[in-house]
Amino acid sequence: MNPRVVLIEAAYLLASILFILGLRSLTIPDRARRGMQLAAVGMLVAIVGTLVKQEILSYGWIVGGLALGTAIGYPLGVYVPMTAMPQRIAISHMFGAVAATLVGIAEYGHLQATTGVPRGVMGAIGFEVLFGSLTITGSFMAFGKLQEILPSRPMTFRGQNYVSILMFATAAGLFGWLLFDPSNVAAFYSMVGLGLVFGVSLVLPIGGADMPVVISLLNSYAGLAASATGFAINNNVLIIAGALDGASGFILSIIMSRAMNRSFTNVLFGAFGAAPEASARTASGLTVRSITPEDAAIQLGFARLVIVVPGYGMAVAQAQHQVRELAALVEKNGGNVLYAIHPVAGRMPGHMNVLLAEADIAYDKLKEMDEINDEFKNADVALVIGANDVVNPAARTDKGSPIYGMPILNVDQAKQVIVMKRSMNPGFAGIENELFYAQNTAMLFGDAKASLSKLVHEMKNA
Amino acid sequence: MASLEIIQLYVFILAGFVGFFVITRVPSLLHTPLMSATNALSAISLVGSLVIAGAGYSTLATVLGFVAVTSATINVVGGFIITDRMLKMFKRADRKAGGERK
Repeated sequence: MNPRVVLIEAAYLLASILFILGLRSLTIPDRARRGMQLAAVGMLVAIVGTLVKQEILSYGWIVGGLALGTAIGYPLGVYVPMTAMPQRIAISHMFGAVAATLVGIAEYGHLQATTGVPRGVMGAIGFEVLFGSLTITGSFMAFGKLQEILPSRPMTFRGQNYVSILMFATAAGLFGWLLFDPSNVAAFYSMVGLGLVFGVSLVLPIGGADMPVVISLLNSYAGLAASATGFAINNNVLIIAGALDGASGFILSIIMSRAMNRSFTNVLFGAFGAAPEASARTASGLTVRSITPEDAAIQLGFARLVIVVPGYGMAVAQAQHQVRELAALVEKNGGNVLYAIHPVAGRMPGHMNVLLAEADIAYDKLKEMDEINDEFKNADVALVIGANDVVNPAARTDKGSPIYGMPILNVDQAKQVIVMKRSMNPGFAGIENELFYAQNTAMLFGDAKASLSKLVHEMKNA
Repeated sequence: MASLEIIQLYVFILAGFVGFFVITRVPSLLHTPLMSATNALSAISLVGSLVIAGAGYSTLATVLGFVAVTSATINVVGGFIITDRMLKMFKRADRKAGGERK
């Protein structure tokens, strides 16, 4: 082995080690930042190592791509607000998949024009472009839905599942053919095309509330595409980083699907159950009790334990900072404030935690569902801000409800429940929520941010 | 199957195991940074894109490589910056008192 190759491989090995240590650091919040900075150094080492490779003859296009990518990536890193994180991540899955797919196509074309494509390499390139192409369009659809360019309601037509399965089977068939005869260029490009169409048909039927699962799944696919790239070009650091990404997305999709009461196979094959067409029970004849900010402020003023339940509505209203102000006032009166975070609150895994941390709320106050569910019965006030389905008792009681069996936060066990909501419109899943009609529930209607500001104002005056 | 592919498969499966055991221990608190971090890491496919863009296989391959380098670089730069931006915000209650703002 010539010294240059040894040096490059050493750089890749170092990068792989730093990547794993970086991910490990994420198990301890206080060390996470340092660990990820080391992982970034690992990335730099791997890139510099690659630039000295013998195969690279000219640097013009490379420098151009690096410069353009930095020019686009830097603002995407620095200026995108935390509320837009789900769509930001979705679009970055697309970029990752674009890179993997194009490398696959270029590699195929090159081998085809020179030595012919060996079967082993064809297998790797096949996986690469298949996962890559469906992730490109799938992520773009997810981005569109989250950015609300596309309607976030599920878009379906009759027999959609059969069409999807047929497309997937055809793509798999073409892949099989290519393994048999890698020189079939038409089959290769048809497979890429089908992958692109399949990505669209995979995500369009999925509603906005299911996005946490979709994003996790696409995360996993993007990782697998990167890993397959590593197989194709015989590069271990790519195989390792891709496998880590794939494992991470896989684990997150399992966690998310459990939290949403969907079976694991359901998620794996992307066949997300039919959209909840009609809700089982309607609330006709029931009345809700509304509460003024003054009364709510008095309740909060005397509360010993307040549990805040944030949902996507809080993120939309950008009300995190008002939540912090209110919590500070409760704490000044001697009360304790905790935050109950449902795994699928928001539009991606862990989104609520990021938003609350951004508002300068200490992370040890942010509690996972299992950790806090037994505390609700001790809570004087549970303050639900823009959350709906994750606090719906129908998940426990109503067998006909589409969300029956989904683990929920036991908000209804609190002594008092104050629900902040814009109106009585049902939530994302379009299901009526009995919690709003319960004896111990009071509704505080209006924009979450405005309501919280009023509450803060009232508490200061009290 | 050639021995090279066997070794690749070993690497893939073992890395998958390492990933599984490390990542199951990441608290849900940090799941968003985890996702942006793994996204930045898998942008290591930049390494493959660089070779395609610079090896001069053909004009088409070079252009594809250029687009791939651009896409991967977006994820490397943007991914690590945004992960750091998020992780910077997570603070404990006891460390915050008297600590610097922002």
